[in-house]
Amino acid sequence: MTVTETRVITKRIHDRPEDSWTIDGALASGAYEGLRAAFAMGRDAIGEEQVKASGLRGRGGAGFPTATKWSFLPAGSYPRYLVVNADEGEPSTFKDRMLIERDPHQLIEGIAIAAFAIECNLAFVYIRGEFALGYERLEQAVAEAKAKGFLGMNILGSGFDLDIVVHRGAGAYICGEETALLESLEGERGMPRIRPPFPAIEGLYAKPTVVNNVETISTLPHIVRMGGEEYAKLGVDRSTGTRVFSLSGHVKRPGNYEVELGVTFRDLLYSPELGGGITDDRKVKFFIPGGASSQWLTGADEHLDAPLDMDFLEQNLGVMLGSGAVMVFDETVNPALVAWRLAKFFADESCGKCTPCREGTGWVEKVLYRIAHGQGRPQDFDMLLDVCDNISPGVTTAPFAQTTICPLGPSVVSPVASLQKYFRDEVLAMCTGPSTIPVSAS
Amino acid sequence: MFTPENLERARAIVARYPRAKSAILPLAHLAQDQDGWLSPEAMREIAALTRVEPAEVLGTCSFYTMFKRDPVGRLVVSVCTNVTCLVTGGPEVLEHLARRYDDDDVYVEEVECLAACGGAPAMQVNYEFHEGLTPEMAEEIVEAYKRGELIPRGVSGGRVS
Repeated sequence: MTVTETRVITKRIHDRPEDSWTIDGALASGAYEGLRAAFAMGRDAIGEEQVKASGLRGRGGAGFPTATKWSFLPAGSYPRYLVVNADEGEPSTFKDRMLIERDPHQLIEGIAIAAFAIECNLAFVYIRGEFALGYERLEQAVAEAKAKGFLGMNILGSGFDLDIVVHRGAGAYICGEETALLESLEGERGMPRIRPPFPAIEGLYAKPTVVNNVETISTLPHIVRMGGEEYAKLGVDRSTGTRVFSLSGHVKRPGNYEVELGVTFRDLLYSPELGGGITDDRKVKFFIPGGASSQWLTGADEHLDAPLDMDFLEQNLGVMLGSGAVMVFDETVNPALVAWRLAKFFADESCGKCTPCREGTGWVEKVLYRIAHGQGRPQDFDMLLDVCDNISPGVTTAPFAQTTICPLGPSVVSPVASLQKYFRDEVLAMCTGPSTIPVSAS
Repeated sequence: MFTPENLERARAIVARYPRAKSAILPLAHLAQDQDGWLSPEAMREIAALTRVEPAEVLGTCSFYTMFKRDPVGRLVVSVCTNVTCLVTGGPEVLEHLARRYDDDDVYVEEVECLAACGGAPAMQVNYEFHEGLTPEMAEEIVEAYKRGELIPRGVSGGRVS
């Protein structure tokens, strides 16, 4: 079956490639009409009615229902903060960068709607430091929105005030984790906090705080305009709406594609207007369905025909849709090499707070390096599993437990568990080195 | 030291936050764009502006890889080798550039995923994206910056006035 895009939040980007990020381009294509509608329907109708009815779930990775997250804010406690997580760093995810660079007004409109709904007057966007152009465009858009009265005091005569501070990170993947992000925003090293208290109770500056992803917030103007129930008609079951999938690797047409949830991986990879098939018409060996932290799937029919549905994937295949990044690897790829590079990433990015992660990711990286480079030893694979079991007891049976504060450490377990599940024999065949050499620290 | 113009900017940045310490990262970016690196002197000045001890500024800044606490070249070339770039030629681009440039003007570094996987392999030059590279194209882009045909951002990615 051939599937095409369903463009909701990427519509302006495609309709107005020449000026989608400018105030004129945005206003000519319906920007800030959702904000007017939000003011007209009133505060309570947004979160408790429209967003709840839409079934919107967070697009950052965990897929937590947005309306529920907002409802955790304690009544009568102010000030409250809204923090937009724009620290996109999950390997192979590149949707938020596009949404920021090419439609910053959609994001600002979404922020204004969310802030109005949760009674927040100061919102922050924590944008990844490497996104220099995105930062520039977002700052410009905030200034334009202020000049037009969409931000500032008494917005559009509603009596509601809002200011937005755009805050650049400085190169730390861990700051995409919401409590590490808050630490970083407070001027500290980006190390995750122990929860509880959750950010909704004690977040930024120990005040009630909502942290939402860029794509989640960018969806709000459309939910308000079309109505939550109408939005929920898109998608499938509890995975409502559309999502932007970042497709990369060995496909003919890598890129961001916005599709209704519920289409299959095969649709995404092979539809002529989406992935367009595998490079040089080779076969899929394996693919990573939800960003680097996710467990892998293979080119088997039962995997390719699985729907992009968060609950289905978790319950039936034990993988997560995560950040919506789909990385495709053809039959020429050595899976141990990919696993090693992912482990190297997690070892580099471990903040060092929890011992199992700080030490474990380094061990996994070193052992995978020698396996991937032909120097593996027969006992190496079981050693990997043992190290992983110290980070995530129950390694091979997702969902696993974790011995760390945040999910970064357990993420290194995903590639190892995937090797164990699908490529154990291939990896063991690479482990032909002598078994008596002592383990070296380098 | 911040120039008078940047000092004014720095004070305006501090004023945007409910707590001054939040301004450490933005001020460090500002200092790095101005000086080309984040010097101990700049960190002391940031400490005074944010009303914390200099050691706290160092403690925070040393956590983040974008801050260069030693002088680097005028051009910071960041090459991604994470998985999508790994299988599309990123390591070859990195190796070529690292061999080609061993000077005070160009600083080549290996970085993690830059969120440009749709155009892999990718690199940034002073945080400006360049995608769909071969080793030769990457070198040509760096040369274009060196010749002044491409105008680089500051080493922290800001526009330098």
